[in-house]
Amino acid sequence: MSYGPLLFLGILFTLATSWVGLILLPHRQMGALGQHTDTNTAAIYPAVRAGEAQQGAEHYRSLGCVYCHTQQVRPEGYGSDIERGWGRRRTVSRDYIQDKTVMLGTMRTGPDLTNIGERQADAAWHYRHLYNPQITSPGSIMPPHGFLFDVRVIGQAGRSTNALVLEGTFAPPAGHEVIPSRRAEQLVAYLRSLKSSGDLPEAPVKKEEVK
Amino acid sequence: MIKQSQTLSNPTQRAQTLRALLPGDAGVDVGNRAALSEIDASCRVPVLFFFLSGLAWLLAGTVLALVASIKLHTPGFLAGWEWLTFANVRTAHLNTVIYGFASQISVGVTIWLMCRLCRIPLVAPGLVTVANLFYNIGVTVGVGGILIGDSTAIEWLEMPRYATPILFISYALIAVWTIVTFRLRAERHLYVSQWYLLAAVLWFPWLYGTAQVMLLIEPVRGVVQAAVNWWFAHNVLGLWFTPIGLASIYYFIPKVIGRPIHSYYLSVLGFWSLALFYNWNGMHHLVGGPLPSWMITVSIVASVMMLIPVITVAINHHFTMLGHFGKLKHSPTLRFMVFGAVSYTLASLQGVASALRSVSEVTHFTHHTIAHAHLGMYAFFSMVMFGAMYYILPRITQREWPSNSLISLHFWGVALGIVLYVVPMSIMGFIQGTMLNDAAVRFLDVVQFTLPWLKLRTLAGLLLAAGHVAFVINVGWLLVRMFEPYRKPVVRILTGEAETVAAAKQP
Repeated sequence: MSYGPLLFLGILFTLATSWVGLILLPHRQMGALGQHTDTNTAAIYPAVRAGEAQQGAEHYRSLGCVYCHTQQVRPEGYGSDIERGWGRRRTVSRDYIQDKTVMLGTMRTGPDLTNIGERQADAAWHYRHLYNPQITSPGSIMPPHGFLFDVRVIGQAGRSTNALVLEGTFAPPAGHEVIPSRRAEQLVAYLRSLKSSGDLPEAPVKKEEVK
Repeated sequence: MIKQSQTLSNPTQRAQTLRALLPGDAGVDVGNRAALSEIDASCRVPVLFFFLSGLAWLLAGTVLALVASIKLHTPGFLAGWEWLTFANVRTAHLNTVIYGFASQISVGVTIWLMCRLCRIPLVAPGLVTVANLFYNIGVTVGVGGILIGDSTAIEWLEMPRYATPILFISYALIAVWTIVTFRLRAERHLYVSQWYLLAAVLWFPWLYGTAQVMLLIEPVRGVVQAAVNWWFAHNVLGLWFTPIGLASIYYFIPKVIGRPIHSYYLSVLGFWSLALFYNWNGMHHLVGGPLPSWMITVSIVASVMMLIPVITVAINHHFTMLGHFGKLKHSPTLRFMVFGAVSYTLASLQGVASALRSVSEVTHFTHHTIAHAHLGMYAFFSMVMFGAMYYILPRITQREWPSNSLISLHFWGVALGIVLYVVPMSIMGFIQGTMLNDAAVRFLDVVQFTLPWLKLRTLAGLLLAAGHVAFVINVGWLLVRMFEPYRKPVVRILTGEAETVAAAKQP
């Protein structure tokens, strides 16, 4: 019994179904999704990221942050994402159209970062947290990112303005200071740019109830 | 339903029926044996290349896995080196074991099975060797790229753009080789394993090519990336590893116990239902995510439909084995195969369950998924590949396995190791998910809860590592024996009934 050609066609046909159904059709449906302009305020969402934050996104990718942090907020009533304050609304397809690499993530070893720019706007907090997570979040298992910082001798002019404020066991040796590298600055700019809470017709933000 | 037991009056008809149920190289006459020996000898060099480089990557992947596992509960471990961050090591681990180890062993097994089932000596050995060379260069460049921070951060596709075309060439060469072998086959009758193998080698370059073009070369916009990503990543398991694993089980179980598969029709149903449903599963990795509901729902439905091929295959394998479980004691091939076959059923059922919205709500972002991945890739697939190597290596080298104890150490090390990995991590992930879904539980308390379980995982990893080392020593020893003059072994390995080497060709 030889049915080679039939087998061959069957193999190609079966995969073609999902290739069309899950790849080509969604690409047609969503591939050209554009920004939304609010008819009342003329605000455009999602906005284009500033250059420094865009470079930071490349570090976020390169450092593999996505393996422990998601960037997606699940709908209300499905998981506790909204209750935990990770977002004011679920995220939708349009939130991601500006991302060069979409990093939704599949693991929450650490918390979701979709709106970290809103939840933690303080750059100094981010620097200390990246330098050693134990400073800001004792008990965290996030690895310290000391290689994103330079430890320098304090110069004649005194402490640099951008030196990290570190105390106790985390402080550098006497006469030294810890300065964020260019990469750390770009990464923090990216983290602070993470805000997916624009009001969209497909995902309206719940207005605070006036009491 | 056609069964072995069924008596057919016409002897020719009966012979034809039996042939459909037996691997194409069945039969024990002398001419047959000599032909098989010739086929095995022709496969020696290329298959050894794939096996040995695969095992080298397995060792590398094991070390990377241990480092990653330790880092997750002791974040200060090796924290000073940027190229060894958790993310880099974890990703390098995944890529070495998937592309370096599992895929290369798969190709080695595919080549040998195809030659045996098509009943022709290996054609175009040069092509296969070039494919292997390209492959190893590709994986080395790719994993190196990941460690220096060039990872794409797209799961299962982290190798940078400068490495992946090398791998693609290799996959394409393997597909071409398989089609050529298939066309030239001397045995016109097709056995079920051949359907799966042919499908796998044709599906994979399509998947890999699509993912490369749409994610790395000309990236699509927005969350379509996530759709392509998970269509690809899930299909690597479903349409590349699973068919090769099932092809091996379908071949080796009947071969070792000397009995045809239970039902031809069940194998047809199992194959075509897998082909139809598996490739629609991928979006269940995005339940609750920012994609249109129809896509996710379609994938959940397809995931539930997977019950058909899974149960079909489970019944077919179980009834083939029925009454022969005693042979597990003596045949390492059978022992690994049956462990893998049972794990396939378990992994698939766990996968179907986790695809449901209500279960995914809890398990999605937790270690439950990691446990599931290892149940599928290791307890099922890697165990089947080990079993296949236990059968193939003595035949292509024409030497017996040197050490019985190392075989036992390998089996028990990895069997206990993977159980100790998968069971606690599945449970832990479930509790972790429940805690995460309760907004009253502080996030850092969830992190602290996972710590003891993560340490247990490192212990499981050490057991797996011990098993791998035992196996690699045994393989190395076997190779040393290959260069010694052939002696007819005095004591056959284990009891050796079904595991004997065809001694027809003595140099």
